[in-house]
Amino acid sequence: MELQKLSTDVLIIGGGTAGCYAAITIGEHSPDTKVLICEKANIRRSGCLAAGVNALNAYITDGQTPQDYVDYARKDAEGIVRGDLLLTMSEKLNAVTEHLERLGLVILKDEKGKYVTRGKRNLKINGENIKPLLADAVYSMKNVTVLNHVNMTDFSVSENRIKGAFGFNVRKEIFYSITAKAVIICTGGAAGLYQPNNTGFSRHKMWYPPFNTGAGYAMGIRAGAEMTTFEMRFIALRCKDTIAPTGTLAQGVSAKQINAQGEVYEDKYGLTTSQRVHGTVMENINGRGPCYLKTEGITSEQDDALLRAYLNMSPSQTIKWLESGKMPSQQNVEIEGTEPYIVGGHTASGYWVDTDRETTIHGLFAAGDVAGGCPQKYVTGALAEGSIAAQSALRYIDSHDFSGISDEEISRHFWEAEKFLDRDNAPFDCEQLEEAMQTVMDRYAGGIRTNYRYNEKQLAAANERISQIEKLAETLCADDMHELMSIYELRERLTVCKSLIAHLAARKETRWHSFAENLDYPERDDENYLCYINSRLENGRIRIIRRRPVKEDEHYEHNDRQ
Amino acid sequence: MSIMIDSEKCIGCGRCAEVCPGNLIAMDGKAYMKYPKDCWGCTSCIKECSAGAVKFFLGADMGGMGSLVHTRQQGDILTWVMECPDGSVKEIHINRKESNRY
Ligand SMILES: Cc1cc2nc3c(=O)[nH]c(=O)nc-3n(C[C@H](O)[C@H](O)[C@H](O)COP(=O)(O)OP(=O)(O)OC[C@H]3O[C@@H](n4cnc5c(N)ncnc54)[C@H](O)[C@@H]3O)c2cc1C
Ligand code: SF4
Ligand code: SF4
Repeated sequence: MELQKLSTDVLIIGGGTAGCYAAITIGEHSPDTKVLICEKANIRRSGCLAAGVNALNAYITDGQTPQDYVDYARKDAEGIVRGDLLLTMSEKLNAVTEHLERLGLVILKDEKGKYVTRGKRNLKINGENIKPLLADAVYSMKNVTVLNHVNMTDFSVSENRIKGAFGFNVRKEIFYSITAKAVIICTGGAAGLYQPNNTGFSRHKMWYPPFNTGAGYAMGIRAGAEMTTFEMRFIALRCKDTIAPTGTLAQGVSAKQINAQGEVYEDKYGLTTSQRVHGTVMENINGRGPCYLKTEGITSEQDDALLRAYLNMSPSQTIKWLESGKMPSQQNVEIEGTEPYIVGGHTASGYWVDTDRETTIHGLFAAGDVAGGCPQKYVTGALAEGSIAAQSALRYIDSHDFSGISDEEISRHFWEAEKFLDRDNAPFDCEQLEEAMQTVMDRYAGGIRTNYRYNEKQLAAANERISQIEKLAETLCADDMHELMSIYELRERLTVCKSLIAHLAARKETRWHSFAENLDYPERDDENYLCYINSRLENGRIRIIRRRPVKEDEHYEHNDRQ
Repeated sequence: MSIMIDSEKCIGCGRCAEVCPGNLIAMDGKAYMKYPKDCWGCTSCIKECSAGAVKFFLGADMGGMGSLVHTRQQGDILTWVMECPDGSVKEIHINRKESNRY
């Protein structure tokens, strides 16, 4: 590889939803600040928004307040949320929505020009081109440079302060060492840790992007950043096979969850996100599966509107309906739970940040699915956090200059990558080890096969196996830069798996069915566990830290970091 | 599910390869699908191809029946074209300026 050294005021890692919006925010507020986005794919269609989205899930509608949103998210997460983060996010939801509309997003309005709402918190849109719109806005900023197809792998940190990051081009043999005054990490969540619903040819037809591999979490873990609530995994309830979203059916045509006997079962288990998944699991366990969304009997106009709506966000589902020759009005839509993901935009896993979205590493900020404590963020919440993190980074660089990266450190990271390219003849390939990891997680850390349940013995076995696979991953070899990326992705996932297992073991209760269902401790235990479970890698070991709940009237600062 | 690229139709512009969120498409004068099993099914590449050369299909393991889908764009209208194995063709026109009804 060739070595290239770059420098920028603010480095944004991951040009997805939050990353693009952070860049736009700096572009608008501080046009002289140099911003560099490093994106592993191309910001035009990268990340969660690639196919488009079906609605804006987080908006403060008429009669609702930001505090109502906080209350809703807290209830859904059974108390384990950060009030300060939720409130500061909620206060920005409507402003970012209006900004999106100015950028060209089509939002449904009534005759009076007011947004048409779907339920208490959603807006109806045409979200097919939401990512190209954000990308165009980024490119219109003179001070923002975008490096597409650059996969970032490690931070440079000394004395707990960020100095920059390392990465490589996934197409050309170039290794990058980038110095920055501040870094905003926006790499999204982690998919592909567990064996997915489809295990064969369509293994990547999963809900969360298979290309969001938890890089940001892994980079932070390795650099000693504190992480929170990994044990609150996210499992989505989705249309079988296509793993397409169900919200459009549930909210759009009021389709209820029914079991094989046609009984509506959702009321039996409760309506929080995890209870809906749990209910479906229980109906199957008790021989009343498969479960469906009841669409039979809707009108043919509704069929038509659904075909179109799904083309704008999850085209596989429309093709499935057309190919089978059975429209939703003629056949209920079968649903299933996905494999577990780590996603801070839906649940609360991710970096432990202060109210300004600074992580426990000085000068490193986090936004979107990679940031913890603030669930139910969705698109608009990711934008809101992108703007908060950007403003905080701007304040930070006012008083902090570059602190260069040493040649010794650059060379260490360079050779760590180069060794995979130089070697040939490895006994294993990346695909084998990825399968091995997913199988271990599935069987021993609460995957689909065990109905998302686990016990301590299983977690210990999972930890042992994942540690072994970690060692095997070091023996891999890469023929080209794409394969090098695959190796790093595998290593990131393994790092995330280990933290996840430690978190699952640390919460000795069952607060959320399915999301974290510990068979050794099947009850909720508020006395001991109404707290955050955090972790930090110290001298190669994961240390668990418990922290007290933070309410929305508080401005939280890290007061015990180095 | 994955994609197929019709090399007869491909004009080699490289746009599909540029936008794929998984970097799965490679160029060799024309585009080819290098990692078929890694496709997420986002259809970004299909919408990017003005030649209609990229075709999407559902894998047999998820119930696919062999239809091939590509898109065509005219102004605000995005047309999804589905060629079925029996030779029939279905089209759905989406106005990009219209919101979803649901
Ligand atoms: C299929 C799907 C449908 C959804 N539908 C809706 C919806 O209808 N309404 C709604 O409100 N919300 C929806 N959401 C949720 C919402 O889209 C996400 O919560 C939000 O977009 C997350 O933003 P993000 O910036 O954190 O992640 P992303 O937008 O995914 O951005 C992460 C970026 O980081 C890049 N990256 C990752 N690793 C690296 C690395 N090592 N180096 C460089 N770059 C890297 C990725 O390529 C990507 O571009 C949906 C999510 C999914 C997955
Ligand atoms: S976008 Fe279409 S024409 Fe261009 S390279 Fe890809 S397949 Fe060929
Ligand atoms: S459908 Fe999406 S993931 Fe699959 S090849 Fe096309 S752009 Fe890539």
